Amino acid sequence: MTAAAEGQATPRIRRAAQKSLLQSEQAQGWALISPTFLFALVLLVAPILVVIAHSFWTQNYLTIDRTFTLEQYRIALTEPIYRDLLVRSLYVSLLVSIFTVVLAYPIAYFISFHSGRHKGLWLFLITIPFWTSYLLRVMSWKVILGYNGVLNSGLMGLGVIDEPSTALLYNTTAVVITLTHAWAAFAILPIYVSLEKVDRTLLEAATDLGDGPLRCFLRITLPLSVPGIVSALLIVMIPTVGDFVTPRLVGGKDGVMIANAIQAQFGKASNWPLGAALSVTTMAVVTAMAAAAVFVIRGAARLTR
Amino acid sequence: MPERTMIEIASVTRSYGAFKALDDASLSIREGEFFSLLGPSGCGKTTLLRMIAGFDTPTSGSIAIDGQPMNGIPANRRPINMVFQSYAIFPHLNVEQNVGYGLKRLRLETGEEKRRVDEALAMVSLSGLGKRGATELSGGQRQRVALARALVMRPKVLLLDEPLSALDKKLREQMQVELRRLQQAVGITFILVTHDQYEALAMSDRIAVMFGGRIAQIAAPKEIYQRPVNRQVADFLGGMNFVQAEIVGEDAGQILVDTRALGRVRTDKPKLFRKNGGSATLGIRPERLRVLWDEATAKFEVAGKVVDRRYFGEITHLIVEIPGLEKPLSVTETNDFGADDIPIGAPIRLAYDPDALVAMGE
Repeated sequence: MTAAAEGQATPRIRRAAQKSLLQSEQAQGWALISPTFLFALVLLVAPILVVIAHSFWTQNYLTIDRTFTLEQYRIALTEPIYRDLLVRSLYVSLLVSIFTVVLAYPIAYFISFHSGRHKGLWLFLITIPFWTSYLLRVMSWKVILGYNGVLNSGLMGLGVIDEPSTALLYNTTAVVITLTHAWAAFAILPIYVSLEKVDRTLLEAATDLGDGPLRCFLRITLPLSVPGIVSALLIVMIPTVGDFVTPRLVGGKDGVMIANAIQAQFGKASNWPLGAALSVTTMAVVTAMAAAAVFVIRGAARLTR
Repeated sequence: MPERTMIEIASVTRSYGAFKALDDASLSIREGEFFSLLGPSGCGKTTLLRMIAGFDTPTSGSIAIDGQPMNGIPANRRPINMVFQSYAIFPHLNVEQNVGYGLKRLRLETGEEKRRVDEALAMVSLSGLGKRGATELSGGQRQRVALARALVMRPKVLLLDEPLSALDKKLREQMQVELRRLQQAVGITFILVTHDQYEALAMSDRIAVMFGGRIAQIAAPKEIYQRPVNRQVADFLGGMNFVQAEIVGEDAGQILVDTRALGRVRTDKPKLFRKNGGSATLGIRPERLRVLWDEATAKFEVAGKVVDRRYFGEITHLIVEIPGLEKPLSVTETNDFGADDIPIGAPIRLAYDPDALVAMGE
């Protein structure tokens, strides 16, 4: 009887040990995040590490010289062409994100405050442009802005201009217009979410204390929606710095941006280390600029109080 | 107190489609009065308050504040301020900025704004907390900030939308005393919306009891409690024993009724009295019935049997069956003579004052 009982006891202990290992919170945590963690490791961290590694190497015609050097960074930071391209990219992305937020805010405001029970429908309508490919949307801007495009023929028909304007397409303005349109929805949604979170009784309280609709908006709604504005700015600014399809298609020679140069280094020029150094530089600058943007807006929000 | 009307509400109705949230409500509130709108949720009291504030418009009827008709005047131009149920403290501003919010627009002289803010904070005992962030406040402090923010504007009328409902019992009782004291100190007309009858009774000069969008009774707390116009009002303000009686005589202001078990009683006709055949409903509050101990006697007494007992600390509720009454009477007795020890099933005698029996309108 006792022997049998002891014989049973050992596996029970082992099972308990196994159980406790699986049940320990840490192990469970790791088990839960492991698929996404692996995914992030392989597809996000690894490529970035590869890029960073390359940026410290040198291209030696067909092979890569793996001795550590800062030469690529010297080129990336001192060559006027790259500096100009980087500045232009930042300028374009800043313009695009500001225009996008300025245009998106009224739409988000309308949906949040005045669409009544049709909120869902309005949000759904905003996603409609995404049903077609991004390339098609860029191409349609070519149709609108082109030499024989919709805008030129319209303006000529109205007698505003005598001959088609070439100032519309193949320059920085065209890139800004196209990107602003392309990213509008990404700005509307975070602003909409932050507006939804504004407690409507706060607006009643402000009205009760004597504020008309405009003051109410400036003193309550706008400062409380700053988080949405900041995320909208960042969501638009960060990816547009590195966009290369739009400048390639509608930018012409004036609209070339840093990503086009990076793409050229990895492609035709076949100088991966320089391309990598340009990428890392761009990443660092974008991070700094995003941080600066957050800082400035938070400060401005504090001033409006 | 000067008998000047501060708010005049004339047959105001608010309908949402076929539903009438407020149905032909008329009342006038005097200057410097502490007036309560009391009723269960959905009775229209908040709707009425929001229409006074200007956040809602009457479907018909009119509201005048201090003699000025308010039709078409937006909420931000009314000489009124409000303490919201959720307090609506601006989360991005600190206490000082919250309290001074409405003053900013007035462009006061330098120092004047700060002086008025400090004065308002002192009034609600929050001095020294001016720099505290709105999110770092306790429930009681938030309520005080909301109060200071409204009072600093020196309104003609202060509206309070269930301001104490989010506080715990102890703090609520303390704030009741403070609110009343504050109202008497500043002399501003207060209109309080509440569903708590004790709050309304303890704080108000007058109360309007509302049910289903209609005002059932407007009177001073004592009058409302002792002489409720109907069963609904009587029930809402506390326990009430209802006794059916036969009308045996009637003159201009009074009726003579026979309650059988409690004898013949002469009582004032209620405001909404309608002769319902030959019978009437009378009410008597549980605390107006007293237990008669040992050999004690009373001019008016009735014998019965205890059928249930509930202990509440300082008082005990006894349920007493009386032969000849269809429903047992509920009696509230303080525990100083041992009412909590009366065994269930024991015979008992109750003393009552016939004047405490009031006739109910329906």
